[in-house]
Amino acid sequence: MTARIAGRTGDFEMVIGLEVHAQVVSNAKLFSGAGTAFGAEPNCQVSPVDAAMPGMLPVINEFCVEQAVRTGLGLKAEINSFSVFDRKNYFYPDLPAGYQISQYSQPIVGRGSILLDMDDGATREVGITRLHLEQDAGKSVHDRDPQVTHVDLNRNGIALMEIVSEPDIRSAQEAGAYLRKLRSILRYLGTCDGNMEQGSMRCDANVSVRRDGEPYGIRCEIKNLNSVRNVMRAIDYEAGRQVEAIEDGDEVAQETRLFDAAKGTTRTMRGKEEAHDYRYFPDPDLVPLVLDPDWIAAIEAALPELPDDKKNRFVEAYGLSSYDAGVLVSERACAEYFETAAQGRDPKVVANWLTVELFGALNKAALDIDQSPVSARALGGLVDLIADATISGRIAKEVFAEMFETGREASEIVAEKGLKQVTDTREIEAVVDTVLAEHGNKVAEFRAGKEKLFGFLVGQVMKATKGKANPKSVNEILRMRLSD
Amino acid sequence: MAVDEATVSKIARLARIAISEQERSGLADELSHILTWVERLNEVDTEGVAPMTSVVAVKLAQRADKVSDGDRSDDILANAPRRDGDYFVVPKVIE
Repeated sequence: MTARIAGRTGDFEMVIGLEVHAQVVSNAKLFSGAGTAFGAEPNCQVSPVDAAMPGMLPVINEFCVEQAVRTGLGLKAEINSFSVFDRKNYFYPDLPAGYQISQYSQPIVGRGSILLDMDDGATREVGITRLHLEQDAGKSVHDRDPQVTHVDLNRNGIALMEIVSEPDIRSAQEAGAYLRKLRSILRYLGTCDGNMEQGSMRCDANVSVRRDGEPYGIRCEIKNLNSVRNVMRAIDYEAGRQVEAIEDGDEVAQETRLFDAAKGTTRTMRGKEEAHDYRYFPDPDLVPLVLDPDWIAAIEAALPELPDDKKNRFVEAYGLSSYDAGVLVSERACAEYFETAAQGRDPKVVANWLTVELFGALNKAALDIDQSPVSARALGGLVDLIADATISGRIAKEVFAEMFETGREASEIVAEKGLKQVTDTREIEAVVDTVLAEHGNKVAEFRAGKEKLFGFLVGQVMKATKGKANPKSVNEILRMRLSD
Repeated sequence: MAVDEATVSKIARLARIAISEQERSGLADELSHILTWVERLNEVDTEGVAPMTSVVAVKLAQRADKVSDGDRSDDILANAPRRDGDYFVVPKVIE
């Protein structure tokens, strides 16, 4: 689905490529034995290697390598059994060595692909160009003091995977879908927690525009994007800006721009042109990384079921719609919750309760599925009570709200509040008779042809039984009585 | 290969090394000589020879994913020109 930008002089299309920096889940850093916990006291997770003390040598963390390979396999990408670490040279106070150890011409992972799930249930493939391992930089804090910058090196040296997409993305919606899918895959694999707000997953967007049939236009790189929503906002703004510039007869300059979340605009990042002369060269402290094919095969064999496969299985095994299946598998915990709750029950009914009631309530309470007050087993219990006609669907919603509030079992709440559905025909008949007697005029009007009043009479019976009467029985009995 | 003074200035700036006007022409000569000397390697026919990535035939040493260092911010900050609590303090670096 290509988003067209209608300019004054015709339509344009967006061409977008995304660079994602994903912090690797590991105990220790990429090349040192310092820890990686988020939010630790400043400079307490720094080894002399990270501080670039003279004479310190980097030694690679084997688990970070494994995580990168696992991610590559999850992206259906080529794993390069021979890769090289290079130095990317630049000066900044949060980079004590004066260079970042990265991978340039020979990355650990090559071409792969990601399948986007669009809102209409359709899918689209976006190519992955490469994934490479590199060190994160430290953190510069600018707001503790107006005169100086504070530097915390805790983050310096944590392993990052830079994941670069092909310029295959054609709209902000697709960019959002790409990031959500990538995050979902990383979380399934356990290789990155995907938290954009905490900065463990960061994104830069390369945006250009072109008219139909034209080659790629000149692109701008947008930085400072800390949520999926901001990535989408920045892309829409930037593409519009470029179209306007082209139509005004100006050239789009190839540059790095910063997104301003408060204004929703992008602006030039000045004075960085020179900084792009990185003078990469192979790091003499590290010989090339050579991977054993059997070791790669063992990681592949142990991969979990990934979102696409799980989605297909949910559609085939449970008969869910592609859309519902996509929603349920987006997080591993949701998928597991669903499978537990659906065990031995009607999967479509369970899926419906999850996507509508449970997700709605969780959203409202700002809770994750792991924190749900209603367990998968408890939700299953509620569904059972509807299935065996103990309670009606309407009452079930009330019971669910109570379960969510208190964390209690459905059966307990139903018993305590006397919510059990009245299916005893004689009991319902008695209520129907009372209602008909009370509303003699309406009954007369109904009989005179005012059919709509039937609904009113059903409502009165339900009200009299506090919603507990089986709606089907009420209908039948009313019809019978009124046709007498 | 000849290195001109403009190139010398650019390299110096990228490396954050201050050099004076006088030093510049001397350095241009020196760098040009070094490069010319290294260029003699071009005489060797390397057709079909893979680039050498290391002079030692060893595998990359790897470490286990265990935290073995940290909690020594005083050591880390010992050489800091200025500190505030456990932060390094540097001149303002944001626009």
